[in-house]
Amino acid sequence: MTPKIEAKGVFKRFGAKVVLDGLDLTVMPGESMVIIGGSGTGKSVTIKSVLGLVTPDKGSIKVDGLEVTRLGGSAREKVNRKFGMLFQSAALFDSLKVWENVAFALIQGRGLGRTEAKDIALAKLAKVGLGPEVGELSPSELSGGMQKRVGLARAIAAEPEIIFFDEPTTGLDPIMADVINNLIVTTVKDMGVTTLSITHDMASARKIADKIAMLYKGKIIWSGRKEDIDKSGNPFVDQFIHGRAEGPIKMEVGR
Amino acid sequence: MNPLALIGRFFIALFGEIGSIFIFASKAVPAVVTPPIYLRLIFQQMMRIGYFSLPVVGLTAFFTGGALALQIFIGSDISAQTLVPQIVVLGITRELGPVMAGLMVAGRVSAAIAAELGTMRVTEQIDALVTLSTNPFKYLVAPRLIAAVLTMPILVAIADIIGVMGGWVVGVYSLDFNSAIYLKNTVNGLETGDVTSGLYKAAVFGFIIALMGCFHGYNSKGGAQGVGAATTNAVVSAAILILAANYVMTAMFFGGGR
Repeated sequence: MTPKIEAKGVFKRFGAKVVLDGLDLTVMPGESMVIIGGSGTGKSVTIKSVLGLVTPDKGSIKVDGLEVTRLGGSAREKVNRKFGMLFQSAALFDSLKVWENVAFALIQGRGLGRTEAKDIALAKLAKVGLGPEVGELSPSELSGGMQKRVGLARAIAAEPEIIFFDEPTTGLDPIMADVINNLIVTTVKDMGVTTLSITHDMASARKIADKIAMLYKGKIIWSGRKEDIDKSGNPFVDQFIHGRAEGPIKMEVGR
Repeated sequence: MNPLALIGRFFIALFGEIGSIFIFASKAVPAVVTPPIYLRLIFQQMMRIGYFSLPVVGLTAFFTGGALALQIFIGSDISAQTLVPQIVVLGITRELGPVMAGLMVAGRVSAAIAAELGTMRVTEQIDALVTLSTNPFKYLVAPRLIAAVLTMPILVAIADIIGVMGGWVVGVYSLDFNSAIYLKNTVNGLETGDVTSGLYKAAVFGFIIALMGCFHGYNSKGGAQGVGAATTNAVVSAAILILAANYVMTAMFFGGGR
């Protein structure tokens, strides 16, 4: 079976800092892969490389077997139609109403009429537990949790094949974080899509993942089923999942 | 530090910036002429760039026309009644109308565009556009460029009229000129080329204003401080480029040197 996403030997540096150092990652169709790792280990750059927001210096990234590493223009737009993305900060367009945010890909990307797109947007908002009255609000009028829900509704609005979640629970209280995790699980299972998430919230990772991969210094140092992570035998993974200050991972505090 | 190294660094940074602007423009211009064309966004931007700049451009033009009339009168002799209206209308239509309007709109619009796009950049809204299969150059940059190029000539035409009116008000009410003779001399001193050259300049200034706002905003980084820097750089670079482009176009339209 062709992997949905396949990254091989991906290398990316910003100035002198090497962020991805030969990253290898495979995500199979229908799989929910979560990449865990500390801050600055290259999680966001990994997702941005697949989305085409960052161009790797070396290596190969394939989506459905198609090489996308240096794809640009309309070819990249075509590939990106397969994607939905929930950003860490939700990244809602503050010049548009909530429903216009959700319907954005339908109106701009698919050329749907505003009335039809609005109906779909309101249905997607209902799917994430938000009423039609929320659709008329501006993003700045929403709480953090509501913004994440709207971001999720926007990510699923155009029925993507692959959804990316960037730190979906960061900045939320534990209850709202669990609400978002549940929404992700139910939405993803309903749609049968492939997902690639990044997080350092282990509760979230355990809830939404089929498989977990740990990124450290730009490389995947362990990957496997989520049930196996507690017996990985990898001291880096053990330190990270138990949140211990002592261990092989040394945090860079100051200079 | 070695002063030569400092000079070298300055020029490397300068040429790097110029190169980046050309690369940005080479992506922006094709986005203007290829579909999709977002008419709704273009109209929205025309309102923001053109309509809402009218008060500031109008006031600037009025006072500039008035001050110009006073200055010419002070330096002239008995031919003032002929000279003042003719020099005012030429000064306003050829130079001061487009340049003053360009500088005022640069301050207002370049800053606003840079702040808006800069905030969108640092809050990942531009990245979100890409993930929604929308080209940011077509959705964000092209409508602003089109709107600025279309509205600046209209703004300058209005500024020309108001500027001449400023000169007329000062001439008639402060310098005791005859109103009818002032207007007759204004029309006599004016040729079509004087107005059209100013309008061509205005279109180029509009392009510069929108391009600088978009370039600095689109490439801003580093949070609120980065957005602030982008805003300042957009205004400063737009103002300098407007003055430089004005000199080049004046030389082109009216000839330079001997």
